[in-house]
Amino acid sequence: MLEIVNVSNDWNGIFALKDITLKVNDGEYFVILGPTGAGKTLLMEIIAGLYYPDSGKVSISNKDVTQLPPEKRNIGFLYQDYSLFPHYDSRSNIEYGLKIRKVPKSERETIIEGLSSMLDIGHLMDRDVTTLSGGEQQKVAMARALAIRPDILLLDEPFSALDEATRNRLIGDMKELHKKERITTVHVTHSQEEAMILADRIAIMMDGRIVQVGEPKEIFYKPENLEVAKFVRIENIWDVDVIENSDKGLLVRLNGYEVLTPPYSKEIGERARLLIRPEDIVLGSGENTSARNRFMGTVESIEYRGFFNMVRIDCGLPVVAAITTQSVQELGIEAGSKVGVFFKSTALHVVPI
Amino acid sequence: MRYVEITNSMRKNPLSCIFFLIGLVIILFVVATLFNLIFKTLFLNMEGFRDILNDPAVISSIWLTMYTSFLATLIAMVLGIPLAYVLARHDFFGKQIIESFIDIPVIIPHTVAGIALFSLLMKRGAIGGFFESIGIVFQDSMWGIVAAMLFVSYPFFVNAAKDGFASVNPNLEKVARTLGASQSHAFFHVTLPLSVRHIVSGAIMSWARGVSEFGAVVVIAYYPMIASTLILYRFNTGGLAESQPIAVLLIIMCFITFLAFRLASKKKW
Repeated sequence: MLEIVNVSNDWNGIFALKDITLKVNDGEYFVILGPTGAGKTLLMEIIAGLYYPDSGKVSISNKDVTQLPPEKRNIGFLYQDYSLFPHYDSRSNIEYGLKIRKVPKSERETIIEGLSSMLDIGHLMDRDVTTLSGGEQQKVAMARALAIRPDILLLDEPFSALDEATRNRLIGDMKELHKKERITTVHVTHSQEEAMILADRIAIMMDGRIVQVGEPKEIFYKPENLEVAKFVRIENIWDVDVIENSDKGLLVRLNGYEVLTPPYSKEIGERARLLIRPEDIVLGSGENTSARNRFMGTVESIEYRGFFNMVRIDCGLPVVAAITTQSVQELGIEAGSKVGVFFKSTALHVVPI
Repeated sequence: MRYVEITNSMRKNPLSCIFFLIGLVIILFVVATLFNLIFKTLFLNMEGFRDILNDPAVISSIWLTMYTSFLATLIAMVLGIPLAYVLARHDFFGKQIIESFIDIPVIIPHTVAGIALFSLLMKRGAIGGFFESIGIVFQDSMWGIVAAMLFVSYPFFVNAAKDGFASVNPNLEKVARTLGASQSHAFFHVTLPLSVRHIVSGAIMSWARGVSEFGAVVVIAYYPMIASTLILYRFNTGGLAESQPIAVLLIIMCFITFLAFRLASKKKW
């Protein structure tokens, strides 16, 4: 288990970590998600022992390692640029940590054999690493990090330098690998997609602080505040007044509409903020439905985004819905069309204003 | 980072052609000077050239020049590599002052450097007396030549080595550390090998600068005569006829050494 307790670090005012506390369980795939410049890499380097924190504690398997140098921590680190040693071929890169550990040659060969078949890089072993593609470099770097049988694997934006197809393939491979090996992994990224696919749990990091920790669904559907909501791309954020609070939930007034949300502890008359993800909004003709949460509006624009479309609707308040291209065609939606906007109460989330 | 427009031939780019022709003037200036010297000596004064090849004073002077410059470069490397690494990897208070001190020998006249060294290292100098007590004399000795050469040439080495270290991605060292390498293992197995081209190049420049030094050396150690001192001495006593062949021999020797080092360092990393 990796435990970070009250870690703070000020890096000449450029990056600062402010009182970070995190616990990563054994075998967990933990993603730290945050925008660029949030201090994610610095946190990883502190976990690895490459920098020591100004204050706070890092422990691995209940052992305080805060002042332990990186070479004594048995941590595998994969940088965004993979940082393969350019003066070695792939095999020598992978062997590097094993040679330092004085692992006998025959054992080294067995380990490399196993990793090369697991990651399917046998054909790259004698290649000059500067001639490898991004995806190949990533795999060789991963093999190098795994060769030392690390207690913890730290991945710093491991997929961000890859083209989309390679990225998607390698994310799938990573998931398989983690399922098989169950190495405790901390992965930092600014990609929500990566976090959603890979993470057992996610920590949102912003401006040097951990803002929220939770399972992917919790993070993406129940953000703790507006800052997180905006970061996880919840585009429908509305200010509401609480008009009734019962076992069924909150009844709130939204721009003249009455909307029912799940239960939250709010006082009647209190202002709050209502959130809903664009993909939780359904569009229809609007006439023949019994849905409680229903608005009528006019389509302002439709943006084609590949698998889906972002439809912006004016219902007296701005609404953004993500719907499939097929639905757009079936409903005959175009700019200027009148549409009904529906959503389930359970898809709504309320945060303080 | 190096940007070369590989798809754009210079012939199709009029501005580059004009720039090239302007640049050619300086190349012609250097080539004409050296060619004139070498041509005159090898074709018009071959006998004089043969004589100096058999002149033990000339041969030992050239050997002394190369050898002392080699020693100065070796010292610059031993002391300069750690300094260059620290300067390349860290920002700290006073760094710019240290960098200015590194460059001072390049900007001050070399006779001034010679006088400064002489006053420090002469037998009655601030530290010359101490060194004499342990058997190292600088005044009119090989060590004086080495000290003068070191003073004027180390900036070339330190700056090149610093550029070399700065060109190595620091993440490589960090990854090496996480893989189990100590700081020194990461330095000797990752950073140093990847900077070797800059280091060799800096060493060659430093050595060449030492060989070409005259002003600083002549103040602290007129004797034993290095090649430049000998050339001036022969020019003053026997004119061009006696000094030119030595100059040509020095050019040839330097060129061969320079080329040998360059070829030896032509490895990819």
